[in-house]
Amino acid sequence: MNNPQLDKDGRLRHLLSIEGLPKNILNQILDTAESFVGVAEREVKKVPLLRGKTVCNLFFENSTRTRTTFEIAAKRLSADVISLNVSTSSQSKGETILDTVDNLIAMHADMFVVRHSQSGAAHFIAKHVPDHIHVINAGDGRHSHPTQGLLDVFTIRKYKPDLHNLRVAIVGDVLHSRVARSEIHALTTLGVPEVRVIAPKTLLPAHVEKLGVQVFHDMKEGLKDVDVVMMLRLQNERMNGAMLPSAQEYFKTYGLTQEKLSLAKPDAIVLHPGPMNRGVEIDSSVADGAQSVILPQVTYGIAIRMAVMAILAGGQGSSHGGQA
Amino acid sequence: MKIHIKNGRVIDPKNNIDSKLDVYIAAGKILALGDCPEGFVANQIIDASNQIVCPGLVDLSVRLREPGDEYKATLISELQAAVAGGVTSLACPPDTDPVLDEPGLVEMLKHRAKQLNLAHVYPLGALTRQLQGKVLSEMGELREAGCVGFSQANIAIVDTQVLWRAMEYAATFGFTLFLHAEEPFLAKDGVAHDGEVASRLGLKGIPSAAESLALASILRIAKETGAKVHISRLSTAEGVAMVRDAKKQGLKITSDVSANHLHLTEHDIAYFDANCHLKPPLRAQRDKEALSAGLKDGTIDAICSDHTPVDDDAKLAPFAEAEIGATGLELLLTLTLKWAQQEKVTLLHAISNVTQASARILGIQAGDLSVDSDADICIFDANEYWKICPAALKSQGKNSPFNGLELAGKVKTTLVHGQIVYQN
Repeated sequence: MNNPQLDKDGRLRHLLSIEGLPKNILNQILDTAESFVGVAEREVKKVPLLRGKTVCNLFFENSTRTRTTFEIAAKRLSADVISLNVSTSSQSKGETILDTVDNLIAMHADMFVVRHSQSGAAHFIAKHVPDHIHVINAGDGRHSHPTQGLLDVFTIRKYKPDLHNLRVAIVGDVLHSRVARSEIHALTTLGVPEVRVIAPKTLLPAHVEKLGVQVFHDMKEGLKDVDVVMMLRLQNERMNGAMLPSAQEYFKTYGLTQEKLSLAKPDAIVLHPGPMNRGVEIDSSVADGAQSVILPQVTYGIAIRMAVMAILAGGQGSSHGGQA
Repeated sequence: MKIHIKNGRVIDPKNNIDSKLDVYIAAGKILALGDCPEGFVANQIIDASNQIVCPGLVDLSVRLREPGDEYKATLISELQAAVAGGVTSLACPPDTDPVLDEPGLVEMLKHRAKQLNLAHVYPLGALTRQLQGKVLSEMGELREAGCVGFSQANIAIVDTQVLWRAMEYAATFGFTLFLHAEEPFLAKDGVAHDGEVASRLGLKGIPSAAESLALASILRIAKETGAKVHISRLSTAEGVAMVRDAKKQGLKITSDVSANHLHLTEHDIAYFDANCHLKPPLRAQRDKEALSAGLKDGTIDAICSDHTPVDDDAKLAPFAEAEIGATGLELLLTLTLKWAQQEKVTLLHAISNVTQASARILGIQAGDLSVDSDADICIFDANEYWKICPAALKSQGKNSPFNGLELAGKVKTTLVHGQIVYQN
C-alpha cells in the first residue's frame, strides 16, 4: 500500500502522522527546524520561502495556540495565511468537509493545516486533494499531532543531545491523546531506548505495549531515573466520570509534583504540550521551575512548523540564513 | 416454458450431488436431473459447459433500503443486484423506515417485491415495536403477513426481562429470533475492534467482550425458554466457542458469519478506509481464523452477505463518521468460493453454507435442486475473474472493502421460478 504521506520519489508530500515516516525524514525536519530557530531572533523575522503561497488553517476543532503558532510560522515564511474556524462557518450550515476543502482549493489555497475532532480526518482530506496541494495534520481526534511530536523531540534533543541514551516517561491520558501517540512514534523511530507510559488502566489503550513502550501504573516506579518527563493534559470530561473519580485523586496519584520529580534524574527535564491544568496533572512549582522546558517548547514549535511547511513546499534545506 | 440446462456440473448440497448432470425444467419447477424425461422438448437450451449449476443462493441478510431509504437503494436495483449475484431468495432485516412492525408494511413490501419477479423476499419482522426493545410486536400478525422470523437488526434489547419475554413468546409459536450479540454499553460509540489497530489509529474500540457478554445472556435465556435463536454475524473467537458449546448442550441455536469477516481483519482498515467501517467491526486475525474453523466444523451454519448499500457521500467522511456497512449481494458467491479455495473446503460444503443451510434457518423451501422444487438456479463460472468496482455492481451501493480486487467466480445465468432473470 502506498504511503499517503510520501510522493513517488519518497519525498514528503503531506505530514499526517509520525507513524509511517522513515527516520531520515524525521531528521530532515528536525535539522531544517534547527536552521529556522535563528529567524525568530532577528529584527525582521522573515524568510521568503513561501512567498506567494497561500496557507489555509482549516480548524474544525477549536484551538487558539496551535492555530496561532501555525499562523506565525507561515507568516515568517512570507506566506499569505487564511484561518478558517469552521465551527462558525459553513460547516454549521451542513457543508461537508470535502465541499469546504474544494471551495478553498478553488480559491487557490496551496497548503492546508487541518485540525479535526475525528481520527483519520487529515488522511481523509489528503486522499482527496489534487497533487499540488499539501496537507499538514494539526491534530485529528486521538490519532496524531505530528508537529507536536516533532517539536517535543526537537526540544528534548536541545537539552539531551544523545537520544540513544535516554529514558523518557509519558504521563497521563494516553488513551485519548494524539500527542502521546505522536511522541511515542517519534521517540521510538529516532532510537530512544526506553519509552515509558505512566497512567491508570482506564487511561491506556488496548495493547499499548505493542507501540513499543513499557507500561507503569505506579508513577513513583515509572519516574525512577528518567531523563525526560512528558506530561499530558487531562481533559475536564475525563474527571468525575466513569474513567477517573476526581481531579484531586488524579493529582495525588499521577500529578507531577516536585517530590515525584525528584525521583527522576536530577537534571531531568519536564515537557507539557499545553495548555496546562495547574494542580491537576502538574504542580505550578514544577511548571514554573528550573527543570521545565515548557516555554522553549512553544518557541521551537514555530521553527518545526516552519520547517514542515518549507519542506512540503519544496524549499527545504538549511541555506536561508541570510535572505530575509 | 421448458428449459434444458446441459453440460453443467451440478452441485446440490442438500441431495449430496456433485456431478455432471443435465437439468430439466418445466412450469417453473425442476422436472428432472440427469436423463431427459420422456417426451421433453425444450423451448430453451442453456449450455452450462465448464460452469457450475447450483441452487439459487439464499442470503440471510440483505438491506433493500425500502421502505424509507430509497436514496440509498431501491427494491428494483437491489433485487437486480441479487440475481446478478446468483441470489434468488433473501431475508431483509426490519430496520427500515418505518420499521417492519406493522403487518400492512410487510404485506406491501412482499407485494412490491413479488411484482418485480426477481429474487424472493422474506422479511424479518421487528421483534419489538419500533425496535425499541420495550413492547413485543404482534408476532402472530406479522407471521401471517409473511415474516419468517423476528429480529432486532443491530439494536440490542437492553432490558433482559423484555428479552426473556420475547423469547418465551416466540417459543410458544415456534418462531425463530434473529439476534445480533452486542452489549450496547460496551459498544457505545465504538467504531472498530478494541485492539492493536484501533489503539494505533486512535479509534474508539468495541471489545470482544461486548459480543461474548451479550451472547451469554442470549444463550442463557434461550436455554430457559427453549426458543429457537439464530445468532447473526458472529465476529469473535469467544463467540464461536460459546455457540459451539451451546449446540453441544442441545440448544436450538444457529449462527451465521458475514462474507466480509471471513476475509478481512482490523488491519484492513489501513489508512482509515471507510469501507471497512462495519458492524460488527473487523476483528483480529485469531478471530478470523476461529470464524473459519467454526464454519468448517458446523458451529457456524451459514455465510451471508450482510448487504448494506449506502449512498456514495455517506462513506466520504472521516472513518468514525462514515456510515456503517458494505455492499455485498454481488460478492457473496465470489467471496464464498475464495474462502473455500483458501481453506481447502469442498464446493459442496461451501455452497451448502449459502444455499440449503440458510434456507433451513429461514424455514423456507429453497436452496436445493430437488425434483418438483421451484427452479431457482444459479449458473456460474468458477474460473472467470472479474474486477470489483462501482461499474461492475448493479447495486446502488458501491461501498465495498474489496474495491479494486480481481476475484474469481462470475454468475452467468440466474433463474427464478424457471425464468431467466439474469444473464451475462
